[in-house]
Amino acid sequence: MNADARAVCGVSASQENLLLRLAVEYFLYEEAAHLDNWRLDEWLKLFTNDARYLVPAVDLPDGDPARDMMFVDDDYERLKGRVTRLKSRHAHREYPSSRTRRLITNVRLTRIAPSEVDAEASFAVYRSRNEIIAPYVGIYRYTLVRLDSGTFLIRRRRAELDLERLTDHGAVSIIL
Amino acid sequence: MNLADLIVENATAGLFRVHRSAMTSAEVLRLEQERIFARSWLYVGHDSEVPEPGDYQRRVVAGRPLILVRGRDNVIRVLINSCLHRGALVCRIDTGNANAFQCFYHGWSYDTAGRLIGVPDVEGYSTDFRRLEQALMAPPHVDSYRGLYFVNFGAAAPSLHDYLGNARELIDLTMDSAEPLGGWKVIRGTAKYRIHANWKLLAENSTDNYHFRTVHRTYTDYLAERRERVGAPAPTVNRITNSLSLALENGHVAMLTRSVGRPIANPSPVWSEVVTAETERLRKELTKIYGEERGLQMATVSRFLIIFPNQAFQDTQSGFRMRQWWPTSPGEMDVNQWEFVPRSEHPDITAYRLEGATMFLGPGGFGTPDDIEALESCQIGFGAPEVEWSDMSRGMQRVPRSDDELAARGFWRQWHALIQGFDGAARTGDPTTTKSMPQNMELRA
Repeated sequence: MNADARAVCGVSASQENLLLRLAVEYFLYEEAAHLDNWRLDEWLKLFTNDARYLVPAVDLPDGDPARDMMFVDDDYERLKGRVTRLKSRHAHREYPSSRTRRLITNVRLTRIAPSEVDAEASFAVYRSRNEIIAPYVGIYRYTLVRLDSGTFLIRRRRAELDLERLTDHGAVSIIL
Repeated sequence: MNLADLIVENATAGLFRVHRSAMTSAEVLRLEQERIFARSWLYVGHDSEVPEPGDYQRRVVAGRPLILVRGRDNVIRVLINSCLHRGALVCRIDTGNANAFQCFYHGWSYDTAGRLIGVPDVEGYSTDFRRLEQALMAPPHVDSYRGLYFVNFGAAAPSLHDYLGNARELIDLTMDSAEPLGGWKVIRGTAKYRIHANWKLLAENSTDNYHFRTVHRTYTDYLAERRERVGAPAPTVNRITNSLSLALENGHVAMLTRSVGRPIANPSPVWSEVVTAETERLRKELTKIYGEERGLQMATVSRFLIIFPNQAFQDTQSGFRMRQWWPTSPGEMDVNQWEFVPRSEHPDITAYRLEGATMFLGPGGFGTPDDIEALESCQIGFGAPEVEWSDMSRGMQRVPRSDDELAARGFWRQWHALIQGFDGAARTGDPTTTKSMPQNMELRA
């Protein structure tokens, strides 16, 4: 964490950085609302063309997609494929769609640069289907591109699970 | 329950049915633990997972906590992870390197060969006790084939070599194929997931080409879209004309399918020029080393092999992995899967390999979640005992195609023999099955 980022969290935070943190939090909530409401096309618009979406294996939260087995390793094209798939009635695990609710909290900015900001947040994503409710719990690590308009695009989105096994979840069939 | 009636097979009428209580009965599961899991050779791990002296991996096999460890003497062993004193685990970390295993309960310690080397305040024990040479227990039978370690908890067991039988020919193809690249190693990251379905449904599913078009349509659509972008024709994944099924000895079954996109060694039209050239070079090298016929089998044919009872050996167009699953109740299983990569593969090929593995057969992929959905859907359907039978008759009266159910029948025949206390099924294939091992396989590209 650099000095600027520390200032965001502490009493010495500048007003500008506090506003930045609020803007990041609001962006994450809006993103969650898209996903919980299955507005996947709108969600996809939040990404840069060089984006990466990663979910490491449950026993390897620090997994490196270049050499380790990941649960999800999407570049933008694969992410687009994932959205196309999830909108299809042939994505059987999600047809009919599960109900989800994302609780996002403990938002921290860990790097602030003129063009980018890194953020971490704790999450609990509840998925309900077939009368089974399964919580995915973990931490998000984001790299966000700062836009002139004051909002963001997602360049890197990594969801590290605190689970030892996908139990009642069975799979990662939704977007975490 | 009459065990003999759990499967009804009538070759003349072309009927093969399994009674659904085989998937729901606690009594059946108890018998499976006793007559199948306690008597079969069960996979533990690969030697690449313990490369250095002192390296270990914890595994649970048939409910037994085990340690796969390369001793300081460089010998790989499988030890039972339970202190001789009161039973606590002597190793509580999943993977690492140890000089010794010390039980945290009372401090007894064991060397990496399992020998008891330290008992705190040993003076409290009798002279006779202190004279005993004690060591962590090992499963009664431990053996390896091509670096794959197995255990067998039965009092008497066939050799692992005999148990694998002619499935070894398929295993050899895959193992030999990576020799020019330094052999296989297991990479980090384990897929661990639970399916709310009977464990045998995953064996059925893993060599079933009949479901491919219906269950995996979103995956083939995705592949087609990717190919369209580079102007390549739509994929022919798992076409009936380029694949076949095998029922092998001892309940092992397989589906073979000629496919592109195999890192060893048949490139996909969407791969880069560099990778395509490297893959073709490797294919030529394989045919040079192993001969035209065998080299091409290695390079261009994907092998979905079930090693009876609960292991999938999958050398596919989406990478090479081992999958193993354990029943935790009649309606639930835990699955673990490990991905293999050649030791000295071009990093760009590894990238395509891992992409293929993640996109199709990982728990976050475009294939496996829908298989899980299908299996769980069946198990929910079994809630109606009025529907007594599951049908596996397809293709009984023709030379079976890969979308027929020959492989499922091969698995079930062995299961049925063992569950009744027999040594094994009298036959593996249907009346019309040819002895179609890979050498005789004629597939159209």
